[in-house]
Amino acid sequence: MFAIPLLLGITFISFMVIHLAPGDPVEIISGEGIPIDLKPLQDFYKLYGLDQPLHVQYWNWLKRIVRLDFGQSFAPHGRPVIHMIRERLPVTLALNVIEMLIMVALAVPVGVTSATRQYSTFDKSTTVFVFVGFATPDFWLAVMLQILLGVHLGWLPISGLRLPVWEYLPFWQQQWDFLSHLILPITVATFGGLAGYSRYMRQSMLEVIRQDYVQSARAKGLPESVVIGKHALRNAMLPIVTVLGLSVPGLIGGSVIIETIFALPGMGQLMVQAVFERDYPVIMGNLVIVASLTLFANLVADLSYGLIDPRIRVGRRGRA
Amino acid sequence: MDSVVPSASAAPAYGDTFIDSLLGNISSLIPTITSDNASHEVGSQIYSGLVNFDKDLKPVGDLAESWEFSKDCRDLTFRLRPGVKWHDGQPFTAEDVVFTWQTIIDPRVPSPYKSEYGLVESVRADGPDVVRVHYSQPFAKALTNWATAMLPKHLLERYVREGRIREAPQNWSAPVGTGPYRFKELRSGEKVVLVSNPDYWEGRPYISRIVYRIIPSQATTFLELKAKGVDAMLLTALQYQRQTSYPAFRQAYQRFRHPGNAYTYVGFNLKDPRFADRRVRQAFAYAIDKRQVMEGVRLGLAREATGPYKPGTWVYTDKVKTYPYDMDKARRLLAEAGWTRNSDGLLVKDGRPFSFELLTNQGNDERKKIAEIVQAQLRELGVTVEIRPLEWAALLKEYIKKRKFEAIVLGWGIGIDPDQYVVWHSSQTGPDQLNHISYANPEVDRLLEAGRTSCVQSERVKYYHQLQEVLADDLPLVFLYFADALPVVASRIHGVDPGPNGVRWQSFKWFVPRPLQRYTAG
Repeated sequence: MFAIPLLLGITFISFMVIHLAPGDPVEIISGEGIPIDLKPLQDFYKLYGLDQPLHVQYWNWLKRIVRLDFGQSFAPHGRPVIHMIRERLPVTLALNVIEMLIMVALAVPVGVTSATRQYSTFDKSTTVFVFVGFATPDFWLAVMLQILLGVHLGWLPISGLRLPVWEYLPFWQQQWDFLSHLILPITVATFGGLAGYSRYMRQSMLEVIRQDYVQSARAKGLPESVVIGKHALRNAMLPIVTVLGLSVPGLIGGSVIIETIFALPGMGQLMVQAVFERDYPVIMGNLVIVASLTLFANLVADLSYGLIDPRIRVGRRGRA
Repeated sequence: MDSVVPSASAAPAYGDTFIDSLLGNISSLIPTITSDNASHEVGSQIYSGLVNFDKDLKPVGDLAESWEFSKDCRDLTFRLRPGVKWHDGQPFTAEDVVFTWQTIIDPRVPSPYKSEYGLVESVRADGPDVVRVHYSQPFAKALTNWATAMLPKHLLERYVREGRIREAPQNWSAPVGTGPYRFKELRSGEKVVLVSNPDYWEGRPYISRIVYRIIPSQATTFLELKAKGVDAMLLTALQYQRQTSYPAFRQAYQRFRHPGNAYTYVGFNLKDPRFADRRVRQAFAYAIDKRQVMEGVRLGLAREATGPYKPGTWVYTDKVKTYPYDMDKARRLLAEAGWTRNSDGLLVKDGRPFSFELLTNQGNDERKKIAEIVQAQLRELGVTVEIRPLEWAALLKEYIKKRKFEAIVLGWGIGIDPDQYVVWHSSQTGPDQLNHISYANPEVDRLLEAGRTSCVQSERVKYYHQLQEVLADDLPLVFLYFADALPVVASRIHGVDPGPNGVRWQSFKWFVPRPLQRYTAG
């Protein structure tokens, strides 16, 4: 229930901020320096209440959104915002979920190993890798990989979601084509995140293994793999779950850089284009969905603490 | 063109797919209500107009077989080509032409082209094949405006009548036109697929399919081009000069170079008394070395602009005053205008130093470089220039519309018709109008009006030549250059015929000889 005023606040502030940016959907059109007459367009957009005071516009928007009416885009195609989001969301979601699974699958063992063998060669080399990972801008890495693997070696497609003539490929080639298009963007997206997550994991593990209960687990003769893998890991995962929960907006909002460089028709691209075009209904629709899913994800993260760590119990006797 | 000329042995053949690239998403599939390049590019294959433009930008008949002006230029009669069919098989008739006009001027249709038809008094169908247009006064652009996409009355009438043209399926998922290609599929942000129209009145196009890939980054498009993932794009000057000269590229692609449809300028707010003095503007024109600008900014891939018309077109004349780089002349003119150098080397008049802010839009690298060159060159005269790049919307709304600027580096796109009334006429200086620099010159006004109200080309040439002379002398702004457009097309595609109208005109006549076809499935 606490989420509703929060959501209201988010939408109100966003609404005001995006309208603060100069220009409106009509003025933006004249960007190419072509002398065209904007008067008829301005008249047209008055139908959408763009000439009314901001708070009135917000109120009208709110009245529609509570009925789950996201409105229509201001672009000439005038499509329902919800359709535009529906066709973009799967790409972004698939991409980011795969990326996150790979990242966690790699970051957890790497972090745990470097913590349990602190200052070993493995730990030192992952430290170097992490710094390289942090320091590498993903747009640079993306272009380097595109040039090497796409242009020079020709092993992987450079951009897009599938070949332009995809429909005419046999079934298995279609699947391979689709997968091969995902390899580069997922690699680039994982690379930067991996560095961070393996650090969190290492740090958190280092703290946990110094605790008394880990010592007592060892003392009662449990094998090291059980001590680390079962007792220590569960507690060490807590901060990772928090960070994962916080990264949900990116999961749904999409990465503007990755989607632009790799020409992927996801949410990031949709949002950026909407911002450039001052397509307010699309921007707001996007924000509402991302904000609600983020709040929801935070809730899930909070609940999952209880699953991982039995010491935490949620909402017993109404005090939370 | 600097590549292999198609050999005579390569016979035209049907088939293959042309993979084109678009930087932006499509905003709608009814060109009447769009203003972005991507939508117009796709729309030009699906739809056609009454007239079209040939290689040299001369109007030729498209859906109209012929046309005729009355003596007073106020009546225009089109005779339509018989037997033309919409993509759904319905016949194209004069009623569709009337409907297209009614749609454009309908206040509930968000079309940016309404003002082009402001002088049209009536459009009447006289039987199925004849359209009579009556103008309230002679209007030079009368003919070229009918190159607009014709819309199908039988499908759209209901939506236009109810004021919801944007909701028509023709706007997004099922456009129907009379052009060489039919719509097949659109995946937002990914691609648009068109297939050849077997019933096209000029014959079925050879290339069976066009796929427009939407790739928002120009750098990515270029990599795709090198890996043969797309068949065509527009190169940047740097890509053209430095990155596409290796043999493999030259073999796989035909590169072209022709003057583009826009010029770049340094403009001044003429309400500012310093810039209202013509000698100051002329002095700046002498002090800005255009050759250095074109070399530094475009790597030489540009043509010097002597006025607002493109070199090589029928309206252009080079017999105008020019301003070759000459610092001494610049200094003399400024001295005449009362500006003197003080002990610090700064130019002053009435105790105030000459300094101004030069605005341009952020993200346009060429304009930023121009601003820097201008800054350096005017510094030699003792003028202090501060450069300020601003986001486009902010620049337009807060500075240009409110006329709160001193000087700008911007560009103007030019149309096919030479009428530039809205940019130069003294009546067009209102806040929402386009004469941003507040230019007012009765002589220019007279020539613009004369050129606009004649439908006889030989008369118009005279007016526009005079206009260029006056503009070059009075110099409301410093014209810099027309940047070259630098298209490339895969060399397996034959029949590309570049000219002043670019390389895309009549692309339905392109073909790929059978042995070179690449996409044969389907």
